[in-house]
Amino acid sequence: MAELKEQEYVHRVYDEIAPHFSETRYKPWPVVANFLNSQPMGAIGIDVGCGNGKYLGVNPNLFIIGSDRSSGLIQCANEINSRYNVLIADGLQLPHKDGTFDFAISIAVVHHWTTRERRIAAIAHILTKLRPEGQALIYCWALEQNESRRGYHEGMEQDVLIPWVLKPKKPTKSVKAAPEKVDLSGIPLHERAQYVSEMKKKRRQELRKEQEELEQQQQREASQDTRYRFYHLYRRGELEEDCKAAGGTVIGTGYERDNWYAIVKSATK
Amino acid sequence: MKLLTSNFLKCSVKACDNSNENFPLRYDANCQLQQDESIDCNPEFLINILERVDWNALVQVASDLGNKSLPPQKPELSPGDDLTDDDLAIIRDMHSLLIQTSIVEGQMSCRNCGHVYYIKNGIPNLLLPPHLA
Ligand SMILES: C[S@@+](CC[C@H](N)C(=O)[O-])C[C@H]1O[C@@H](n2cnc3c(N)ncnc32)[C@H](O)[C@@H]1O
Repeated sequence: MAELKEQEYVHRVYDEIAPHFSETRYKPWPVVANFLNSQPMGAIGIDVGCGNGKYLGVNPNLFIIGSDRSSGLIQCANEINSRYNVLIADGLQLPHKDGTFDFAISIAVVHHWTTRERRIAAIAHILTKLRPEGQALIYCWALEQNESRRGYHEGMEQDVLIPWVLKPKKPTKSVKAAPEKVDLSGIPLHERAQYVSEMKKKRRQELRKEQEELEQQQQREASQDTRYRFYHLYRRGELEEDCKAAGGTVIGTGYERDNWYAIVKSATK
Repeated sequence: MKLLTSNFLKCSVKACDNSNENFPLRYDANCQLQQDESIDCNPEFLINILERVDWNALVQVASDLGNKSLPPQKPELSPGDDLTDDDLAIIRDMHSLLIQTSIVEGQMSCRNCGHVYYIKNGIPNLLLPPHLA
């Protein structure tokens, strides 16, 4: 079921990685900052899936309520700035009245819903919270990431699990051979050469075994430090299609930092 | 959470959308409040915000929390660009109430379904348990 998959591959993961994830999120993306800075004084808005709240302080002349499912990330936001207006809520059940806000942003969130139906429902739900002329800015991770090290590109599978490595890996240790000292007392002279070579062979085997065990242990540790998040990577044009399917009118689209974005408003009735 | 936030919070339960009782939430009288005097007042911001405030909801929440002193009607600022001393007094009061006052600990519930939501460390949790979601 979609909810269970999201619980395991999105919500649980964000709570587990929250403090580490939060450290990596502090630079606002330019298009988002522009969108916020172009809102008039005293405008009110929502940031759906606000994470650690990195957009909540961009324009101090706005009243923005940030919400996220991850209590861990909301706590991070609260610790970064206790004046941020944050709450814990699900993006499909926003605790706000319809037709209220001047603007909404949802940055790198919609791609975490595991079915197209749910992604469209999430966009539609955000749009219901806007006033008739209100606009939403929505970002989703792109399939076309030709510039990035991850190397996703057209034609690849769009539903993917992306690893998050929790702690930087420790430098690989290796087993060092102890200095060779063989006790030869009691071994007849003519057998010593043979004895030494057998001892060395035995040592090498022991060392190899220790080395293998160590590597296995390191692999186990590494996999304990890795978490997988579900993403649907959006191909060119897909976000626009989903916004329209959600009943929105797309005002603008673009590409920034490996993401597609769209500015949407509710279709005029 | 700032008191202003209460003006934008309804019950998360979808079925309650069909009632008029899902907003504002009912705040427990024992909610612990905090006043942060260090937040500066920006009159232009506050005037625009006040325009958007649902006054009846604000009066209700303030009363839940023990403040029965709000007038039944939203205070009107004098038209035009010049703020009178009276206007400035209203703005200061509203700033103090909406922006500087926050709920740090406590609980609130839906007037329709009765579901209880908690506020901890200033953060309200509006997530529903699985059987209600
Ligand atoms: C990649 S992070 C982006 C955070 C923030 N918007 C930013 O730009 O830094 C994705 C966020 O979406 C949140 N999220 C995922 N599914 C959600 C849902 N169903 N409801 C609310 N938030 C959700 C996660 O908890 C996480 O904070």
